[in-house]
Amino acid sequence: MQKSANKNQQFELEEVTISGNEEISPGVHLISWLRTCNFSPGQVVKIAADPMIAPRIYSICSGNDESEIKVLFNVKEDGLLTPWLAGVIPGMKIWVSKPYGSFKDSKKPAWWIATGTGIAPFYSMFRSGMSENKTLIHGVRKLDQFYFEDELEWAMGDRYVRCCSQEQSCNVFPGRVNKYLEEIKELPTDINYYLCGKAIMVVEVRDLLISRGVPYENILAEIYF
Amino acid sequence: MKDSLFGKTLVELTALAVELGLPRFTGKQMAEWLYQKDISSIDEMTNLSKKAREILNSKYEFGLVNSTKVQESVDGTKKYLFPTVQGKFIETAMIPDDDRKTVCVSSQVGCKMGCLFCMTGKQGFQGQLTAGEIVNQIRNIPEWHKVTNIVYMGMGEPFDNLEEVLKSLEILTSEWGLAMSPRRITVSTIGIVPGMVTFLNQSEAHLAVSMHTPFDDERQKLMPVQVAYPLAEVIREIKSWDFGRQRRVSFEYIVFKGLNDSPRHVQELCKILNGIKCRINLIRFHPIPGTPLEGTDENTLQKFKEKLNEKGILTTIRASRGQDIYAACGLLSTKEMVG
Repeated sequence: MQKSANKNQQFELEEVTISGNEEISPGVHLISWLRTCNFSPGQVVKIAADPMIAPRIYSICSGNDESEIKVLFNVKEDGLLTPWLAGVIPGMKIWVSKPYGSFKDSKKPAWWIATGTGIAPFYSMFRSGMSENKTLIHGVRKLDQFYFEDELEWAMGDRYVRCCSQEQSCNVFPGRVNKYLEEIKELPTDINYYLCGKAIMVVEVRDLLISRGVPYENILAEIYF
Repeated sequence: MKDSLFGKTLVELTALAVELGLPRFTGKQMAEWLYQKDISSIDEMTNLSKKAREILNSKYEFGLVNSTKVQESVDGTKKYLFPTVQGKFIETAMIPDDDRKTVCVSSQVGCKMGCLFCMTGKQGFQGQLTAGEIVNQIRNIPEWHKVTNIVYMGMGEPFDNLEEVLKSLEILTSEWGLAMSPRRITVSTIGIVPGMVTFLNQSEAHLAVSMHTPFDDERQKLMPVQVAYPLAEVIREIKSWDFGRQRRVSFEYIVFKGLNDSPRHVQELCKILNGIKCRINLIRFHPIPGTPLEGTDENTLQKFKEKLNEKGILTTIRASRGQDIYAACGLLSTKEMVG
């Protein structure tokens, strides 16, 4: 079977130069490159080591007025891309797409609910000045996975909720995000809910919200797969 | 635990034969036994020498997995439950219709995609199926010699398990395998573009895309994958392929009451599908526990179909089958998991 039109840039990627690679937690990296176009917080980019290999998709994890685009990822040992990506150093080239995607916040009050590196789009929104009427709930397994917690705690105060399922600390809810939400007697039903993380969290939280009277139209989800 | 022969390609079987010191042609002989004959043990491969069978038995097992439960609907549809990793189950439906027998296979245990209307998604993702476990769903049901069509529309997203799905297609369509025509096979995706491109390049089977609404904002609320692979990108990619006369692309469209069944939707479907020779399969929605969605009424469904046909888009309504046996994917295996 033939394509009717040949596309050399199969996945429409462009080469960029890495400007930073920081391991912000064991096995979790924040890489950056110079921003050459605008984007909306919540959008994603495709990344590849080689333009002819299918790229992977990552949420942008930086503010829309910053000079760099940043991406947060954890290294999957059996992954095709992240072990390589973890080793990139400034000056190296990677292939990226233009930012795209419709996981965008509005000015309406909302709860941002994330697990693990699913915090990336919300951190982008936060860094873009969109956190004023938002509550951020972040669920992780270990305490060192609360990426950007100092900055978020300082800026958002009580509106920044940390849930940790395997370790305990003061000011951290002991358990998963779902459990935290289950214990809230009345969840607001007239706000938006943004969910980002693995499918099982998204599905369980979405079901919980719907069972508590939140219209499904108010729930927007992004799944990491 | 011994490795399975079942699920290996001719190249793999030949390589393992050579590695075991057996003649190269043993690979072809094994393939024929595995995929074309009614046997279930290495000992029954009677054109292999006794010694060859002993060598194979010492390292490998035949590898068929039997279903643990079968339910039969009043309309003849059967649902088979096959065990897989960690006490989980996958579902396979066999749907008879006059001369046709269509088998609907699963490609994953559970699913990562989290579509709002899907029961499988509620199980979360449990694991990938191997090519052997996919082909087993056809080869190891009593009707396997009479199967006319195969659809990858059971549990899981096929293009999230691309390598094994492509391997299963090779086994199903090769002369040494089940020797089915790829034109009798349809692989359904929610639109994982890189996987779809590879599939279009490497297979000749038909493609079905789960669309469910032509509008981005609505689709995003039904299908989180819309964020990563917007429908517009899926359509753009499909438009760049020449499907020829034999190969078919179709769009699956579950019709929800008051959500995606309006004239506005008809208009938008015509707009975005303009230039693609395709068909739309309208599907009645059978509610799953806790869903906020409702299926549209019969009258609206028929009108929706007529309007699309009037506009020149070949549109059909898929018959609902096996409703009395939880034939919608995910319902039976979820029920089995929770006891």
